Amino acid sequence: MSATTVTLPATPRVTLRLVLWGAVLALALIPLLNQLPESSALHVGDFIVSVTGKWITYAILALAIDLAWGYTGILSLGHGAFFALGGYAMGMHLMRLIGPRGAYGHPVLPDFMVFLGYQELPWYWLGFNFFPYAFLMALFIPGLLALIVGYLAFRSRITGVYLSILTQALTYALMLAFFRNDMGFGGNNGFTDFKELLGMALNTPLARAMLFYASLVALVGSYWVCQRVSISKLGRVLLAIRDAESRVRFLGYSTTQVKLFVFVLSAVLAGLAGALYVPQVGIINPGEFSPGNSIEAVIWVAVGGRGTLIGAVLGAFSVNALKTWLTTAAPDLWLFALGGLFVAVTLFLPRGLVGLFSRKVQK
Amino acid sequence: MTSHTILYLDDVSVVFDGFRALNNLSLFVDQGELRAIIGPNGAGKTTMMDVITGKTRPTGGTVKFRDTDLTLLDEAAIATMGIGRKFQKPTVFDALTVFENLELALKAPRGPMACLRWVLAGEARRRIEETLEEIGLTARAQDRAAILSHGQRQWLEIGMLLMQDPELLLVDEPVAGMTDQETEHTAALLRRIAGTRSVVVVEHDLEFVRALDCKVTVMCEGSVLSEGTIDQVQHDPRVIEVYLGR
Repeated sequence: MSATTVTLPATPRVTLRLVLWGAVLALALIPLLNQLPESSALHVGDFIVSVTGKWITYAILALAIDLAWGYTGILSLGHGAFFALGGYAMGMHLMRLIGPRGAYGHPVLPDFMVFLGYQELPWYWLGFNFFPYAFLMALFIPGLLALIVGYLAFRSRITGVYLSILTQALTYALMLAFFRNDMGFGGNNGFTDFKELLGMALNTPLARAMLFYASLVALVGSYWVCQRVSISKLGRVLLAIRDAESRVRFLGYSTTQVKLFVFVLSAVLAGLAGALYVPQVGIINPGEFSPGNSIEAVIWVAVGGRGTLIGAVLGAFSVNALKTWLTTAAPDLWLFALGGLFVAVTLFLPRGLVGLFSRKVQK
Repeated sequence: MTSHTILYLDDVSVVFDGFRALNNLSLFVDQGELRAIIGPNGAGKTTMMDVITGKTRPTGGTVKFRDTDLTLLDEAAIATMGIGRKFQKPTVFDALTVFENLELALKAPRGPMACLRWVLAGEARRRIEETLEEIGLTARAQDRAAILSHGQRQWLEIGMLLMQDPELLLVDEPVAGMTDQETEHTAALLRRIAGTRSVVVVEHDLEFVRALDCKVTVMCEGSVLSEGTIDQVQHDPRVIEVYLGR
């Protein structure tokens, strides 16, 4: 701990902390400014609130990817799967809360089940009417999947590009599975038409603000957790594994165990992000599992600056801001811009946007 | 096998695609012994180290550390038991400082949660500072390992070995690329370490081996060719044949 603080001069650290809290505060103001009358110069539209709330959940996903990739060298191209699973768990809760208000008016079964001729709720839907259970599942299911996949992969010493391909295949396989109607997750339509959450009607300014603040708290919490990890000795072990894994093994560390720990933690954070994302966008479908989503999230981290937590967050916000603007201004150009951005960052800014600022700090 | 034997290799063979990298190799190292191993390229010296540290599984034979069968364990388990290894090419962690490199190697619980909760207490700090002193890198403690010179990297790696507090150190070509003065310093360091621990040094540099002043084992084509003092092996006709004959 002391060893790390010594290497960085005190002033930039203090400045960084101020900037961070300033940014959190600025974000926290957004839903408040939304309450101002529309005539006010400071009024912020509903669109800004919902889009920023969405970006905050993306920033949590970016932190999760950065912890695995930037710090530990595990380039997962399937983190979107953990995000989507968290989202589906929350979606199941939201579906259960619709109750008899569905188009078919069935007291228990969601519309798509009635439509597909289900007689009763599948066993794995039980319990999802309770929020705490659904929320725990949103973290537990991604964590469990990461534990199984990670255990098999890391134990067999699958690393580098092979691991990337494996995780990519994983999210693709899940996408195909969730497209199937008989999975019991609504097939290609997924879940939508949500009504309420925790007694709040969704699609009201209050619900929007609450979800926004919940996401912001989750982001600050995730950042804190990742920072705890990165400044501890574990953080140094992660960097060592990233740079020379076999050497770490010869020092007596079970790198399988350490990587598994990070991978599971990362998947849980991704699940948390997904669970907060779904009630804000009001829909979840198998498209969330598409490999492109996972790759895009990796690009956020690369653009912001991998191996720094602030970089991951910055990347998620800036790339998505660009996306929101460009997909409105010139929708056809977005994928070219994304690809070009990735190439440009790799070639000219290997340390991402953060590298622009911190060149002086870290020689 | 006497009660003082710490490392016991008997009849060990390693076959890669029909090539016998180790061929019925037998080797015994005593507690506190300093042993040098020499041999031409391809004699199987590095493969032998790989077998002891769990990187390579032998095709046949017995490999024991005290009474434990090493062929059943993985690298991390073997390292935790007290066998440390320095590689031919120095591998230190460039992203970390010299101090942090040593801290990482320091004998302490290795699990993820233990690392997360780890606090550098006085005793551990004192041990790291002692080692820094011993390897002559006190002044560089807060520098990143990436900017060290070649010799300093070698010493840092030896320092990391010491932090692990191993009973047996395997040292692969410690003085490759070092200046004469650095070589001398390294020989003195290794002689000092031996006595409390066993040290096995693989080296090409015969002057350095002479400076170590210990029993020498000559390996050739995967087995032991000759054993004795440096003068004895240098005058062994079979050794001369192998080194100069062909």
